[in-house]
Amino acid sequence: MNDAMVRVSNVHKSYVRGRQKVEVLHGLTLAIPKGDFVALMGPSGSGKTTLLNLIGGLDRPTTGEILVGGERIDQLAGGTLAKWRARHVGFVFQFYNLMPVLTAERNVELPLLLTGLSASERRKSVAVALEVVGLTDRARHKPSELSGGQEQRVAIARALVSDPTILICDEPTGDLDRKTADEILGLLQVLNREHGKTIVMVTHDPKAAEFARRTLHLEKGQLLEQAAA
Amino acid sequence: MTRTGFVLANLMRKKTRTILTLLSVVTAFLLFGLLQAVNVMFSAGADFVGATRLVTQARVSFTTSLPMRLLPEIESIPGIKAVMWQQWFGAVWQENTQLFFFATDPARLHTVYPEYVMPDEQWKAFEQTRTGMIVGRILADKYGWRIGDKVPISSNIFPQKDGSKAWTFDLVGIYDGKDADWQRNTNLGWINYAYFDEANQFGSGMAGTFTLSLADPGQAEQIAQTIDARFENSPDETKTQTEKDFNIGFLRQIGDIGLIVRWILFAVFFTLLLVVGNTIAQSVRERIPELAILKTLGFTDRSVLGFVLAEATAICAIGGLVGLAIATLIGIKIGGSGNFPIAIDHRVWITGVISIIGLSLAVGLPPALRAGRLSIVDALAGR
Repeated sequence: MNDAMVRVSNVHKSYVRGRQKVEVLHGLTLAIPKGDFVALMGPSGSGKTTLLNLIGGLDRPTTGEILVGGERIDQLAGGTLAKWRARHVGFVFQFYNLMPVLTAERNVELPLLLTGLSASERRKSVAVALEVVGLTDRARHKPSELSGGQEQRVAIARALVSDPTILICDEPTGDLDRKTADEILGLLQVLNREHGKTIVMVTHDPKAAEFARRTLHLEKGQLLEQAAA
Repeated sequence: MTRTGFVLANLMRKKTRTILTLLSVVTAFLLFGLLQAVNVMFSAGADFVGATRLVTQARVSFTTSLPMRLLPEIESIPGIKAVMWQQWFGAVWQENTQLFFFATDPARLHTVYPEYVMPDEQWKAFEQTRTGMIVGRILADKYGWRIGDKVPISSNIFPQKDGSKAWTFDLVGIYDGKDADWQRNTNLGWINYAYFDEANQFGSGMAGTFTLSLADPGQAEQIAQTIDARFENSPDETKTQTEKDFNIGFLRQIGDIGLIVRWILFAVFFTLLLVVGNTIAQSVRERIPELAILKTLGFTDRSVLGFVLAEATAICAIGGLVGLAIATLIGIKIGGSGNFPIAIDHRVWITGVISIIGLSLAVGLPPALRAGRLSIVDALAGR
């Protein structure tokens, strides 16, 4: 799988909590092709979010290699890694994590402050992103004035606005009712199928996983297929 | 939206808290401005008088008078251009308003203090009118005195020969200062020494201090030493210093104002440091997940550090500058009244701006560094 968007090779990740060293990932190897929509499932503590953080460049492996879009992100320095995230990754979280002091459009505009776009270009990009998630009419509303589903749509628009290579979603529907969750998942599906976005999504919800092209199961820091092997 | 807009939006997150914090900074810098102006006035307020004059007083204290027989001896010392003398009159206006009045020889005052500007005919009238007095513009404006007025002034030190403390003087001149600094000092009054010396109840022929005008200011130290050596081991030992040092010493009779002011300012800023520092630290603690999201989106550690530091700086700068501006306005009001010639000038502003920068760093840097070092994974996990 040479054209893999994400290539994780023999990754180990351990944390020190208090006096204890906790081994989370044990030599995990994984490849995600470009344009894939992968759901990562597994029990709590299996290492799903840790793996997601590593792929998104939020954390570094203890050992092993991680390539995203052909770039060794595990070797990038702090500032370079931050810039890489800004260019290549869009994040969607369970609790939306919007800035409460900013309106929906300002929240979406936030990542664009890191680009060289002019104010009018930024406004245009924001309008397009909000249109894609169907929230044009709520652009001037603050997060406290939006429903959970609308907040998550704003978060998705923020993740999309800088046209990232990959979307990282950590339990994107974990805080939503079934109907709203299906709407959000449908939106992710559209982004994957019609806009060709590569998506990696962590979820506990098997129904949510059904929206993905394929599902990978983690247990005790290993992919089940690897564990079986 | 710009980064500045983002910082301002965050400042307005909790309006009441921000406004209260701003008010505490405004109040602190208002106090700072006024106290620093007092400090400047007491420590360097006499700068403008220069070193062209010396003041000779009794070695013991300037409240002890010196006999007039010292005059010819002082005048005979080479390098001295002119000598005047002055006696503190202890003037009281109406009930309890103390005024700065001195008895002096009019012609000598005119010679030694060319900085006091008054028409020649008024100087002449002062010389020729035994009961004459002249006052500075500030004093005249304050009490509405006009030339030709008979002004009743009491003295709590020198009663007249009949025991009466009430004196009446004819206002024959109103003088101005040669520039803005001297104009601020036109809050003094002068009476004719000849009349005062003859009419007061106590011994005649005494002067509070002698003021000497020098031909060459560069000789000030040497002349001062010569005078004091001349009267050493006599019943009237002297202490001669520059006019500036004398003025500072006079003001410091109240106490070491500089030290008092510094301690008050220290207390004010220490309290401010705790209040603002705690507010900003709390504001950052509440936003740990948001700061982590900024980093997730691609803002670098340095950018996040900059956001927090910018917030602290904005609070300190806005509050500090508003406080200093209000202090300046109050200073103009107080200084213009003439009773307390303070001025919140460039020296106070420079110290103020340096303090604002120092305060911003002191209260902003610790939480900003913490925000900059934040681990995204830990912050998002609530650890």
